[in-house]
Amino acid sequence: MVEQISEKILVRGNEAVAMGAIDAGCLLFFGYPITPQNEIPEYLSKHLPPLGGEFIQAESEIASINLLLGASATGVRAMSSSSSPGISLMQEGLSYMAGSELPVVIVNISRSGPGLGGISASQGDYFQSTRGGGHGDYRMIVLAPSTVQEMYDLTFLAFDLSDKYRNPAMILGDALIGQMKEPLLRRKPEKMDLPAKDWALTGARGRKPNRIKSLYLQEGELTEHNWKLYQKYERMKKEDIRFETVNTEDARFIIVAFGSMARVSKTAMELAREAGMRVGLFRPITLFPYPEKALFDISKRVKHFLTIELNTGQMVEDVKLSVDRDAQVYFYGKPPGALPPPEEILEEIKKYYA
Amino acid sequence: MEQVFKRPECLIDVPFHFCPGCHHGTVHRLVAEAIDHFKIREKTIGVASVGCSVFMYDYFNIDVVEAPHGRASAVASGVKRARKELIVFTIQGDGDLGAIGIAEGIHTANRGENITLIFANNGIYGMTGGQMAPTTLLGQKTTTSPYGRDFTYDGYPIRMAEMMATLEGSAFVARVAVNNPANLMKAKKAVRKAFQMQTEEMGFSFVEILMSCPTNWGLSSLEANRRVEEEMIPYFPLGILKERKMADYL
Repeated sequence: MVEQISEKILVRGNEAVAMGAIDAGCLLFFGYPITPQNEIPEYLSKHLPPLGGEFIQAESEIASINLLLGASATGVRAMSSSSSPGISLMQEGLSYMAGSELPVVIVNISRSGPGLGGISASQGDYFQSTRGGGHGDYRMIVLAPSTVQEMYDLTFLAFDLSDKYRNPAMILGDALIGQMKEPLLRRKPEKMDLPAKDWALTGARGRKPNRIKSLYLQEGELTEHNWKLYQKYERMKKEDIRFETVNTEDARFIIVAFGSMARVSKTAMELAREAGMRVGLFRPITLFPYPEKALFDISKRVKHFLTIELNTGQMVEDVKLSVDRDAQVYFYGKPPGALPPPEEILEEIKKYYA
Repeated sequence: MEQVFKRPECLIDVPFHFCPGCHHGTVHRLVAEAIDHFKIREKTIGVASVGCSVFMYDYFNIDVVEAPHGRASAVASGVKRARKELIVFTIQGDGDLGAIGIAEGIHTANRGENITLIFANNGIYGMTGGQMAPTTLLGQKTTTSPYGRDFTYDGYPIRMAEMMATLEGSAFVARVAVNNPANLMKAKKAVRKAFQMQTEEMGFSFVEILMSCPTNWGLSSLEANRRVEEEMIPYFPLGILKERKMADYL
């Protein structure tokens, strides 16, 4: 049963994330200021203490992720948010948490890079998010919202999935989704059946001590540990793929886009339909696990895929890896700056639509 | 017959892997004795730092989480903030706290996190094979200061306890050594006091312990103990630098 918490309200995407975290039972937040995500720590610094929770403004993102590591080790739900350069600083801790199998939710309201880059919307962190990001052979669950409602819903889901798999989960938004206001319905989704946290550090009373670690030095131990993690990622691909399709049934041409780019792409698709072109939209919601099988199935009958991203070409590699070998994959990229208007995407569609 | 000496309850009955003459085993024992003394084994969480101290989970019969290099005090703070009823401590080496993790250490103290930080200062990177540490003494030869530490190149040895004591958030700061029985007894008292401060919610407690590393110093155990006395203590004076009598909130 979906439980509704509030009437429809008008909020920013960043506030929706913060509300989603509170409704999911997150009581601890550790973070460091960075644009364009500051509404998240600002909201939680005000609303967590009255709920008995805690907010710490840490000295750095490095400290934030390690405060999270400690909190998560005790089995409570905790979160941090940041933006691209800050997320880079968290990669060490995320690698440790993936290795130690600790659940955690990290929100990346990404901005543009490389380096200090800028504060405009960008999807330049796709590789960093979906390929592990830190050292070692690991993956994070990555969810890409494209509406304010999804900022809330997917934050909730991120907590459940990270608990289900004992693995870090990331919300990959951007400046656009984080800053814009849309109607939001606070609603708790159906309860996921989650495993008990018998691994948590609560004090070794009446049981053997629990150990949370990622160091494996004995011969064969680390090989076994890496295969165990791999099996987990494979299970994610089987059980927790999420995506949206629009007008794909009769489509002869598919646009693939995620997050804020999917919104513009949807309008472009509608313009193309008005012009008599059978264009559909495929929007991955889980960027890892990537909906490769769903995309492959579509590519058995549709042979033209246009990937649109706010970067010079990252997710397009996953599209190419997913589709059938005789399918054509085109790319239109916009490095950070102004978003392309739908008409610009329509022109791209016209180039390849046959 | 009355038993007057035994293995602390919270130490597992296995031999330490530490090199002969290394003080890490002694320090583990002091911490274990303090935990036993306050009967807090079942609610104590250890945070293993990177360095020779990382194998804490093989020796302490308590819940342990391992931290990335330098981040042990941040991890310990996270544990404590999540579950305030727990007693949380970490043993950090000089590279871990004095170099890569100095920001986390300072800010943990400054926030007055109610945890206990045992600072194991042997003036060298032990686990990686004897490189120069932030606490390596001037003139001391290591594998990365083969001509001896020179302040014009490498700066000066950092005095962590003095630095911690200046922060309003720290409640108890002491520097001790375990190179002879008299110093050992004082060290035992300081470690116990640090845990007591935490149980009384007085704030951040810090004990710097001057330790030997005979292997990487290239000395015998006895020579190493003498070096602590003759070279380290003059630069890193022993004593209680700060002891808060009343918690901030009282």
